[in-house]
Amino acid sequence: MESEVQNKAPRTHYINARYGLKSWLFTIDHKRIALLYLASITFFFFLGGLFAVLIRLELLTPKGDLVQAETYNRFFTMHGVVMVFFFLIPAIPATLGNFLIPLMIGARDLAFPRLNLLSWYIYVVGAVFTLIAIVGGGVDTGWTFYTPYSTTYSNGNVLLTGIGIFITGFSSILTGLNFIVTIHTMRAPGLSWFRLPLFVWSHYATSLIMVLGTPVIAITILLLAFERIAHVGIFDPKLGGDPVLFQHLFWFYSHPAVYIMVLPAMGVISELVANMTRKNIFGYKFVALASIAIAIFGFLVWGHHMFVSTQSVYAGMIFSILSYAVAIPSAVKTFNWTATLYKGSISYNTPMLYAFGFIGFFIIGGMTGLFLAALGLDIHVHDTYFVVAHFHYIMVGGTIMGYLGGLHYWWPKISGRMYPEGWARFAALVIFVGFNLTFFPQFLLGYQGMPRRYYAYPDEFQVLNVMSSAGASILGVGYLIPMVYLFWSMRYGPKAGSNPWGAFGLEWRTSSPPPTENFKVTPVVTWEAYEFSPVEETEVIDISTP
Amino acid sequence: MADTHTATPYGLAHHFDDVEQQREAGTLGMWAFLITEIMFFGGLFLAYILYRSTFPDDFAAASAHLDWKLGGTNTGVLICSSLTMAMAVYHSQTGNKKWLIICLLLTMILGAAFLGIKAYEYHDKYVSHLIPGFDFHWTGHGSPKHVEMFYYLYFVMTGIHALHMIIGLGIMTVITVMARRGRFTPEYYAPIEISGLYWHFVDIVWIFLFPLLYLLGAHIHH
Ligand SMILES: [Cu+2]
Repeated sequence: MESEVQNKAPRTHYINARYGLKSWLFTIDHKRIALLYLASITFFFFLGGLFAVLIRLELLTPKGDLVQAETYNRFFTMHGVVMVFFFLIPAIPATLGNFLIPLMIGARDLAFPRLNLLSWYIYVVGAVFTLIAIVGGGVDTGWTFYTPYSTTYSNGNVLLTGIGIFITGFSSILTGLNFIVTIHTMRAPGLSWFRLPLFVWSHYATSLIMVLGTPVIAITILLLAFERIAHVGIFDPKLGGDPVLFQHLFWFYSHPAVYIMVLPAMGVISELVANMTRKNIFGYKFVALASIAIAIFGFLVWGHHMFVSTQSVYAGMIFSILSYAVAIPSAVKTFNWTATLYKGSISYNTPMLYAFGFIGFFIIGGMTGLFLAALGLDIHVHDTYFVVAHFHYIMVGGTIMGYLGGLHYWWPKISGRMYPEGWARFAALVIFVGFNLTFFPQFLLGYQGMPRRYYAYPDEFQVLNVMSSAGASILGVGYLIPMVYLFWSMRYGPKAGSNPWGAFGLEWRTSSPPPTENFKVTPVVTWEAYEFSPVEETEVIDISTP
Repeated sequence: MADTHTATPYGLAHHFDDVEQQREAGTLGMWAFLITEIMFFGGLFLAYILYRSTFPDDFAAASAHLDWKLGGTNTGVLICSSLTMAMAVYHSQTGNKKWLIICLLLTMILGAAFLGIKAYEYHDKYVSHLIPGFDFHWTGHGSPKHVEMFYYLYFVMTGIHALHMIIGLGIMTVITVMARRGRFTPEYYAPIEISGLYWHFVDIVWIFLFPLLYLLGAHIHH
């Protein structure tokens, strides 16, 4: 056969298919758009991280010596806004999801490639507005923009930031829409719903939330903006309005938004656990449907953010019970991942380390979430560092473990090169230690009564705060290491074959990096998801080679 | 145009297997988009329902100042435009180019008439100092603050609806130009069908806005 000869000649793939800035900025290839997103969100990750550094520096001492309250308020607001809307929400769907969904379902692209590029441009325009707001002095409302402070009293750049978030929201909506249509209509012959990789299932659930939830935050921000501009509206009590209505609308999106961040990470973890143990996921259908259940339940619990803001106690009870109910599908996933490990041939490589990290963080974050869902206990820990620690474990710890684990696992597919395993394991360890040291003390601080969003605190809280700041610096170093070696590996890493992990899934049946059209021949699927068998290893074929 | 024999059918993008798959994707995409629109307007409807039930008398008094005859006329205009739009889709399926273009033009004329009447109403509110936050004066029954809130919701809801109408007219213009150039065939008419879905949706939003805003206080004489 002539495939031997072809392997010697430089193969055309999506990266070297075309050159030049224009070929990237006007690309409609989902793989290239994923890389555009990867670059943008990395920038915002480090920008948001910079504000985290400033916050932790100020909290090193009890007194406000680095900055005063006004500046500190801007720091934590911008940290939240940048991290939530410009990193965590697009982190996995817009990068790994964009890159992998067409590959995993055997399609040549997403259903609407131009819309996909438009989503990235919308993200960039929203980002520019927010950056202008930051450079122009920032915002001080907290990322929650509670009214009437945000509509009437704050002197920060609420409008510019709001416009930025409003615009970026449409990028999220269009991405979700594109995924839903793609998964419905573009699956390869034979790839029925229950043969789909769990990564695709979790992205389908995520897309439902993006499409149903994001428009609500859009209209809410629009109403906030009108009210701020024209001094008429529906949120400020002075105008006859009700600030709690804002909280309802805000959390109707912003609670499910947590699942926009964490469901894709769960999808990554399912792939990692199955492929690194070489077993089908225990209870595949339960894990798949648990994603949908989480998306649905997620829309019914927003009131747990308003236990102390005049919501009726009966509504509080119902929201409390429903919040507990979310623990059921979450636990289904966690138990099934751990059950999959049983008697699996586990590889302890970097992606798997991140998967273990995810499960650990998710359990801690999830269990403390139950504390917060309890009506009585929530009165004690409401608006304290306990809440801060809880949601960082879930949305930050969970999402970043999934994101980095996925990035390492699919890096050979994305770049065609292997990353340095030793360094990568070291970085994973540093991140795990740094993260726990940063956020675990915050549970204790919160339980002892330290409120969130204050620039100063009583002396007795200093030891735990110093621990947290020390952890943050370790965490910061941990994040920088992969930045360096992933860049390095793009040029110097050893070449990866089509399937360096011996993994299952269509994305591993095309070359690394894949050609622009993904597959030269549309694959026909005759196997179940994760149908590992001893023969399978030898049967991996590179069907992209003609 | 399709006189040269190529492997790809006319109008088919490279990443779809066949025209049917492409049409299915486009239609599903539009439905998903319309669901986001429902959620988007849903926030406004929620706010309206909340304050309408909190201040029922003020809202009724404020609503009485809207001209239900003009609103009713506009409702009729939009229903007619939905009919012509549906006929446009039918004629595109049967490949009747002349009637396709006539129906699209009629749809656009009706849409423009709606916006014209709407503009007249806005002007009338401007003259009677009923624009919230802009020299607002209220001498009638009810608390001026709550009446102003009603008009705030009125302008936001009908304003966003009008914006959708304007976008719809833009889409119709593009579609009509494409139809004139003979871009559609009985096999490839999905863009018309999908634009039609959007147009009908915008009409349906109005069907809800009309009773909520105009008929709420129509029984009160002023
Ligand atoms: Cu929540």
